[in-house]
Amino acid sequence: MNTFVERFTTNASNGLFCGNGAVEEDEEFSDAMWGSEAGFGSLARGVPSFTVPSVSDPAAFLRLHTDDHADPNCKIKIQHGTTTLAFRFQGGVIVAVDSRATAGSYVASGTVKKVIEINPYLLGTMAGGAADCQYWETYLGMHCRLHELRNRERISVSAASKYLSNLVYGYKGMGLSMGTMICGWDKTGPAVFYVDSDGTRLKGDLFSVGSGSTFAYGVLDQGYRWDLSDEEAQELGRRSIYAAGHRDAFSGNTCNLYHVKENGWNFIGNYDISKLHYDGPGDVAGSPGHGYGYDLRVEGRSSVNAPEAAPAVAAQA
Amino acid sequence: MPDMTSLAHPQQRSFNPYSENGGTILAIAGADFSVIAGDTRQSEGYSIQTRYAPKVFRLTDRAVLAVNGFAADGNMFVKKVKQRLEWYRHAHSKDMPLRAIARLIQTMLYARRFFPYYVYNILGGIEEDGTGAVYSFDPVGSYEREACRAAGAAQSLVQPFLDNQIYFKNQTPALGTSHPAHLPLPTVLSIVIDSFTSATERHIEVGDGLEMYVVLAKGRNLQGLEGVRGMQELTVTDDGERVFVVRRDLKKD
Repeated sequence: MNTFVERFTTNASNGLFCGNGAVEEDEEFSDAMWGSEAGFGSLARGVPSFTVPSVSDPAAFLRLHTDDHADPNCKIKIQHGTTTLAFRFQGGVIVAVDSRATAGSYVASGTVKKVIEINPYLLGTMAGGAADCQYWETYLGMHCRLHELRNRERISVSAASKYLSNLVYGYKGMGLSMGTMICGWDKTGPAVFYVDSDGTRLKGDLFSVGSGSTFAYGVLDQGYRWDLSDEEAQELGRRSIYAAGHRDAFSGNTCNLYHVKENGWNFIGNYDISKLHYDGPGDVAGSPGHGYGYDLRVEGRSSVNAPEAAPAVAAQA
Repeated sequence: MPDMTSLAHPQQRSFNPYSENGGTILAIAGADFSVIAGDTRQSEGYSIQTRYAPKVFRLTDRAVLAVNGFAADGNMFVKKVKQRLEWYRHAHSKDMPLRAIARLIQTMLYARRFFPYYVYNILGGIEEDGTGAVYSFDPVGSYEREACRAAGAAQSLVQPFLDNQIYFKNQTPALGTSHPAHLPLPTVLSIVIDSFTSATERHIEVGDGLEMYVVLAKGRNLQGLEGVRGMQELTVTDDGERVFVVRRDLKKD
């Protein structure tokens, strides 16, 4: 009876890790795995358990064998390099990301989905370890659903982001790597929270994360206003990711654009960054009608064929 | 007499459970079929351990898994995936759908986040809606559905070829024509064979043998597969999907 009760008690302390000392093989499989809970297992058991190598410092072991930050010689390559951004404005939240994944200098994929659709009104972005973001944000989605069932209302963006932040903080120093923005619309209106694997959680209007974030911030900060129209905001998101894709070697390929409104998120489109450079985003709302590339504006121009100068202010005197 | 000077120096030891066994795998999804292939050479450093070590495995009649990286981890991982699929079969009296196998593989890989399996997985097969699908994974479980993917030693040789031949990257269609969305099975098979013969020429860890698994959707006829040399059917259930393997030789030098 007690073992039956324990299986359905929510108790996060019942072992974050299995295998202290020698790895106990059987501990890896719960009874739940026989049935339909294959996969994440029974949520009632609390946080899923992880196998840990039986060495004195498991985090050092992991660092030695995976490219935690910048060691391209390591065997196990974890996808890295990214530009992601999200901002809050009058019309909701804009989320824009690139789609490149690199392993050292090799472009491992150009079609990565870096926006994780947690549920129809919550989005998470992916920077750092792809698996860490995918796994924990999926897991977060399951708990958001449980919150709905228990409380008969949707979870707030603040609560969801704090749930994720507390979760990853429990693994601090173990080598998780994620920098994510949790975006959505709740009772308080549009909301964006930055959460990372160090345990940082920030509320804000505008964030950009990843190796290309500095380039994205340059365009974003310059064009950002609270009262941006929907079209202007979408164009700003696209233009910022383009800038990062253009100047950061670890970002590029395509831009995925999402817009969160009162009744959930909408996928706006996927844009090839090379096409944005030469032709622009095409026939979409907010499009400038030409390419973003500066070389198009200066094509054929030189000192002997200079563009017409703006009228000098001094001439008025 | 023991060398006292060397004993005096501090010595560092580390737990080094990983090795790299070469080889390459690849998978391509068609409209109503999927091809999953791998070479059969297993090596460590410059020496060949065996010329026949399969890297591609039939999981169900609609799912095939290719595993590359550290062979010991790979074999163990496939063993455990098969075990979980058998448990599922006993609990539900049916085979696990492909997208569920993909999620299962993610959670199984991520359960070893702090002691990873050094394996790159590619899962190919037929989705519940009858379309061909390919899922590719990193060693700790991040995954995505794609139309084609190469992994392993010759990944950087094969993937650009696939990008050009499958996705028609950097190709402009002739005026008034367009690129096909899906390629027919015979074309895909010859692209796979060409990929491996070329990788064998230019990569020392690729060669010896080639195993190509073909999964056909329910109701699809053999069209283009009949008369293929070295083909063998592996279908077990009568659910409708059919699995075949085609074995070919690759150069052994």
